[in-house]
Amino acid sequence: MIVQRKQLTLWERLYLPAIIAGLKVTLRHFFKKKVTMEYPEEKWVVPEGYRGAPYLVRDQEGNTKCVSCQLCEFVCPPKAIRIIPPGPDGPPADRPNAEKIPLEFEINMLRCIFCGYCQEVCPEEAIFLMKDYSLTGTSREEMIYNKEKLLELGGEHRGIQKWKQKLEEAKAQATFPGEV
Amino acid sequence: MDWNFILFSLIKIVCVIGAVLTMFAYSVLAERKISAFIQDRVGPNRVALPLIGSVPVIGPFLTRIGFWQPIADGLKALLKEDFTPSYVRKAYFWLAPAIALIPAFLTVAVIPFGSNLGHQRMVIADLNVGILYTFGIVSLGVYGIVLAGYAANSKYPFLGGIRSSAQMISYEIAMGMSVIPLFLLVGNLNLGQVIEYQARHGWLILYAPLSFFIFLVSAFAETNRLPFDLPECETELVAGYNTEYSSMKFALFFMGEYANMVAGSAMMVTLFFGGWTLPFAGMDQPAATVLMGLVHIGIFVGKVLVLMVVFIWVRWMLPRFRYDQLMDLGWRRFIPLALANILVTAFVLWWRSGS
Repeated sequence: MIVQRKQLTLWERLYLPAIIAGLKVTLRHFFKKKVTMEYPEEKWVVPEGYRGAPYLVRDQEGNTKCVSCQLCEFVCPPKAIRIIPPGPDGPPADRPNAEKIPLEFEINMLRCIFCGYCQEVCPEEAIFLMKDYSLTGTSREEMIYNKEKLLELGGEHRGIQKWKQKLEEAKAQATFPGEV
Repeated sequence: MDWNFILFSLIKIVCVIGAVLTMFAYSVLAERKISAFIQDRVGPNRVALPLIGSVPVIGPFLTRIGFWQPIADGLKALLKEDFTPSYVRKAYFWLAPAIALIPAFLTVAVIPFGSNLGHQRMVIADLNVGILYTFGIVSLGVYGIVLAGYAANSKYPFLGGIRSSAQMISYEIAMGMSVIPLFLLVGNLNLGQVIEYQARHGWLILYAPLSFFIFLVSAFAETNRLPFDLPECETELVAGYNTEYSSMKFALFFMGEYANMVAGSAMMVTLFFGGWTLPFAGMDQPAATVLMGLVHIGIFVGKVLVLMVVFIWVRWMLPRFRYDQLMDLGWRRFIPLALANILVTAFVLWWRSGS
């Protein structure tokens, strides 16, 4: 099928109508409301499930939930997490249900890629990716967050929530639509 | 030795160069803000000076319109490293920005930017062949770009330089021929006389709109502005002839381009829009008081600013011409059109004077 292309009229070939139309469009946009978000004054709304910076959490009695199993260290793709476990003669855990607590826990925020694998693999629900997206520091050493800083930024997280979530999922599967 | 004349000329030269440089700095800012507004975004609005920025109402307002941004740009240009690559031809590399910049400043020497202030005429050089001088100097502007492209010793700048020089010399012819009808009407090449004619008979754009159109488009082509900016666009030739140039020399090229725009706008205001006159309120007479003289200068600057806004507006509105379309327009359409314009004007003048 041959596409019929109309010959441009003389008026159109002068490009003047096209230029005038262009002038109208740009003038209209000149006076429209701007879509720029002025950053430090206006911030955007961080959505649910946003993968920000990873922080350690405490439970409702103020104990650290991390038991230094080092699973997050091994799963971390850029190896941003470094944990020094207490060893056999290190300090004991600070809560009754745990056997050990990390001696030192460092996350290098410059290597972290915010993938969320550490949060996914943690059996104790001790590390979460929070909504913090703008991390700044004045030196590389300053950007390696140690345990104190991580705990302080993490906040509180009550109990184990994954069982509640698995319960919800199981219930959802019990009412699977459509009979055999 | 007329020391008085020399002294006042020096003062005028310093003032005009200062004014052109200030207009350059603020036209860069204006371009960024206007282009941002056309593209639904805000331009630079963060630079604030330490003390003045906190004055209650004016300070934040000036910061929001980016008034101090040219200071930041100037500081950046000064403090950035200004290197010379090892593979360039050193002499031409160093000369090219200067040769690109100087003709722009020379062109404004003949333009009357006011009537008079006290007893001083507000024009640096009241030449009787004003417009010929202008076109001679504009032709020199090509050398800067050719040298820049040649000196950089590398593919993209070379192509950019060649294209730009071909484009500029083509549109110079159309530009020159398009203003001949105006001088047929006025009868005198002196730019002060042109303004006086316009004060008596109305602005020349009403008599020769086609001349204005050809001159406007040729001015875009001469200053390498869109829609004719193939020599320096980013998509075709990384940055064209100014690829290899860094801070200060690049700033000089940039300054040359905007100073050329200012000179071109000033030329258009003088030739077509009546220079420093306005048709009402007795502002078409040379000033009797200092206040009126200042008002005339203000009118001139205002008109130049309007034309600069038109330059910037058209840049962000039209797509770029392809190179063969550009040359086609310059040689095969504008030159016959300008010639026809001259013939028709001459015929009409002869008819009116004969009968």
